[in-house]
Amino acid sequence: MKTKIQNKIAINIIRIIAGLVVIILLFLLGDILIAGVPHISWHFLTAASQSFESGGGIGVQLFNSIYLLILTLIISFPISLGAGIFLSEYAPKNIVTSIVRMAIEVLSSLPSVVVGLFGFLLFVVQLQMGFSILSGAIALTFFNLPLLTRNIEESLRAVPNLQREAGMSLGLSKWRTVTRIVLPEALPGIVTGVVLGAGRVFGEAAALIYTAGQSATNINFGNWNPFNAASPLNLMRPAETLAVHIWKINSEGVMPDASAVSAGASAVLIIVVLLFNIFARIIGNSLYRKLTATK
Amino acid sequence: MDPIKEKIQSSSRETRQDFIGKLITYTCIGLIVLVVLSIFVFVASKGLATFFVNKANFWDFLTGKNWNPSMLDAKGKPMLGALPMITGSFGVTILAALFATPFAIGTALYMTEISSKKGERILQSVIELLVGIPSVVYGFIGLSVIVPLVRNHIGGSGYGILSGSFVLFVMVLPTVTSMTVDSLRAVPRFYKEASLALGATKWQTIYKVILRSSTSGILTAIIFGMARAFGEALAVQMVIGNAAVMPTSLLSSASTLTSVLTMGIGNTVMGTVANNALWSLALILLLMSLFFNIVVRLIGRKGRM
Repeated sequence: MKTKIQNKIAINIIRIIAGLVVIILLFLLGDILIAGVPHISWHFLTAASQSFESGGGIGVQLFNSIYLLILTLIISFPISLGAGIFLSEYAPKNIVTSIVRMAIEVLSSLPSVVVGLFGFLLFVVQLQMGFSILSGAIALTFFNLPLLTRNIEESLRAVPNLQREAGMSLGLSKWRTVTRIVLPEALPGIVTGVVLGAGRVFGEAAALIYTAGQSATNINFGNWNPFNAASPLNLMRPAETLAVHIWKINSEGVMPDASAVSAGASAVLIIVVLLFNIFARIIGNSLYRKLTATK
Repeated sequence: MDPIKEKIQSSSRETRQDFIGKLITYTCIGLIVLVVLSIFVFVASKGLATFFVNKANFWDFLTGKNWNPSMLDAKGKPMLGALPMITGSFGVTILAALFATPFAIGTALYMTEISSKKGERILQSVIELLVGIPSVVYGFIGLSVIVPLVRNHIGGSGYGILSGSFVLFVMVLPTVTSMTVDSLRAVPRFYKEASLALGATKWQTIYKVILRSSTSGILTAIIFGMARAFGEALAVQMVIGNAAVMPTSLLSSASTLTSVLTMGIGNTVMGTVANNALWSLALILLLMSLFFNIVVRLIGRKGRM
């Protein structure tokens, strides 16, 4: 009888703990969304930010975040694709490979401040690139590389060996087998991973404070020449992203409606992450259906 | 020359393709290794300069309680005592891990052992979403919800180690939970069936069989959470109060290695003592993340046996 009572108590305690976690998380998220969502308007999403007056928007920051994300993906995807192919297809089983694996693991667990500081030291100071979108994109690449590489390696590994053997027996080179047979089959997994990683990159701030900078310069959305200093596409202009903006207005405290703006911006960030999660699932599933002809 | 001889002696198209492929992938992997190496070399060379160029005492650096790099102490050396920050960092990390562990294990057990399939799926997607939420958002939640809560109900200004560890608790909870769920799911089904068939209750099965056989996985999840908490910068910096003094209680303003770094790097001039001292803090962060990595590896090796 005693064990039965014990069982009941323990199971109920577990239920209560799980319930508490759900309540805490929903309370905190709900607080932000309730405070932030009413603040989101077309004006808020497109207007330039104000430093000393209320009523500013997040237009420039939102654009910077998206632009930085695209640049980061352009730089980091090819490198991690190559590295992922190496690890799953070419890597010999020896000590060098295990050191390489360890290096990637270490890189993925480095605090993002340290990655940002390294970017600051190497690109902003030594190479004299200044606070610029390019420095920021490279710092984010360091941050994104290990995650993407591991994801690509795992997706490639999940492809059955029969496919590789079939390719080889047709006389294809190993490289062709990988790029024409294995890679397409692994594509859904890779795309899902890229989109989920993109969500993380979108919200990263610590690595950007000292690389992409903390100021949003006035940019002219009528000028799309990348070599013009006022152009949105200019790679060498300092660019404050949405996440950095939230941090900055909260720690400086000169903006009168800082908490409303940060609540709105936080809500935007949460919604974007949610969208990325949903997109990842939809794109992954539809690609899988298309490429494997299953229903 | 004989065309057949030429064909045999020169490499085939396939060999050339494969050579190019190898070249590309080896370059990519080399690039990543180069990045890791250069991060270590750069941060170490900057961080060690405090001791070799500015002649600070390494032991005083780790145990000194006064942090004010621009001032000189009685012996004419800059005041570089990093103990307040080291205490702050370890304080928030350990407290956050203590808070998060029971909640994470409880939630994971509920998801894998008790809840229905539908409830499990819903919880799973909520946790996946929470893992992806940027840390600045957690910092802002801390600033707008947790700091006033602590101020009104517990005391103090609301800024301090306690608020910092609450924020980190919320931040690492989803990560630790989802990793714990993975390790609970990896427990073979027949362990559970055998235990239940012997007449054990559900709780006895959970406590004596499931938790025991997934111990190493759960430990890995906790260490991972601690590593994330230790390296987190902005979320902590926003709620901890940023006073580089020895914390007197959980409610007094304090600082962590990361918060001092984010505040200070932009306000000091490259090459000065004050700047080098900050790089030494970054070096400590780097070494700690390496340490967490090694611990995870050791646990993994032990778990495999």
